[in-house]
Amino acid sequence: MRQFSPLEQQLLNQFQRGIPLTPTPWADIAQQLGVYETTVLETFRRLQTEGVISRIGAVFHPNRVGASTLAAMAVPEAQLESVADKVNQFVEVNHNYEREHEYNLWFVVVADNETRLATALDEIEAECGYPLLNLPLECEFFIDLGFDLQWT
Amino acid sequence: MDMKRDDELTRALIAAIGKGLPLEQKPYAALAEQLGCGEAEVIDGIRRLAMRGDLKRFGVVVRHRKLGYRANAMVVWDIPDTRVAEIGHAIGEFTFVTLCYQRPRRLPDWPYNLFCMIHGRDRDAVSQQVDQIAAELGLQQVNHRILFSGRCFKQRGAAYRQPAQALDG
Repeated sequence: MRQFSPLEQQLLNQFQRGIPLTPTPWADIAQQLGVYETTVLETFRRLQTEGVISRIGAVFHPNRVGASTLAAMAVPEAQLESVADKVNQFVEVNHNYEREHEYNLWFVVVADNETRLATALDEIEAECGYPLLNLPLECEFFIDLGFDLQWT
Repeated sequence: MDMKRDDELTRALIAAIGKGLPLEQKPYAALAEQLGCGEAEVIDGIRRLAMRGDLKRFGVVVRHRKLGYRANAMVVWDIPDTRVAEIGHAIGEFTFVTLCYQRPRRLPDWPYNLFCMIHGRDRDAVSQQVDQIAAELGLQQVNHRILFSGRCFKQRGAAYRQPAQALDG
C-alpha cells in the first residue's frame, strides 16, 4: 500500500458522508480544510484514477430504491472464473466476489422492481447452470456512517 | 408539476448518483446537463432522497483493499429467531463491523440467518475480531462461519437496465 498524504487521509476519512449539496462542494471542502479547490478536486480525481475511491456518490438503503438481493452459487473451482464472467454480463449484478466456502461465488443483484429482480435471478441461474441461493435482506441492524480508516 | 417527468427524473437521478458524481468543478450542474434538468433540481432531488431515508450516506466510497484492508470477511451466524434483532443490533455496534443484516435461512443448504461484514488488515486480525464478538455476546456455542473473500470479480454502484437518458423533457 502506498503512503497517503495528510490531505488524502482527510479526504478519504472525513467525507464518506455529507458531501456538501451546494453548487461548488469541492470549494466548500477546500475552505473547511484550508486548501485550494483545485487541490481537492485533483486529489479526488487521482484517488479515483488509482482505484482507491470507487466513486463519490450515494450509498442507498437496500430495497428502498428498486429491489435487490444477495445471491450465492456453489461452483467447481475450475469453472469459477468462467461462471463469474457469465454472472458479470448481467447489468443487474454490481458486486461479485469469490468467498471461501462451498458456496464460493457471492454477488449482489439489483433491479428496478421485484419482478425484474426475479427475472434476472432466473436468467442468471439458467445462464450459469448452477442453483442459486437467493438471500434477500429481511432486516438491517447497522447504520452505515462510513468506515473509520486507521492510518497507523 | 408533471408527475411523470418527476418520477423519471428521480429515477435517472438515483441511477446517476449511484454511479457517482462527475469530478468537475460544478458536479451537480454537470449532472443536470446529463439529465436535462436544472442544477437546483439535482440538488433538491438528492436532498429529498436523503430526507425520505433512501440514502445511507452520500460521500466518498473507498475500496478497502487499496487502503491496506486486505482481509474482508462475511461472517454468518445461525441465531435463534427470537434473539436475532437483539444480537443483530449488538453486532452492529462493534466499530469494525461495516454491515449487519438478517437474511432468510435456506434449509438444508444454508442454516445461517445473520450476516455481518468485517474489513481487517489481515486474516488473523479478522478472526480475533470474530472471537471478540462471540466472547462479548456469549455466542461461542452458536454455529457461525467466516467467509473470507478471495478474488473480486466486480465492484461498482447500482446500475439499472432502464437507461438514465430516458428523460426528454
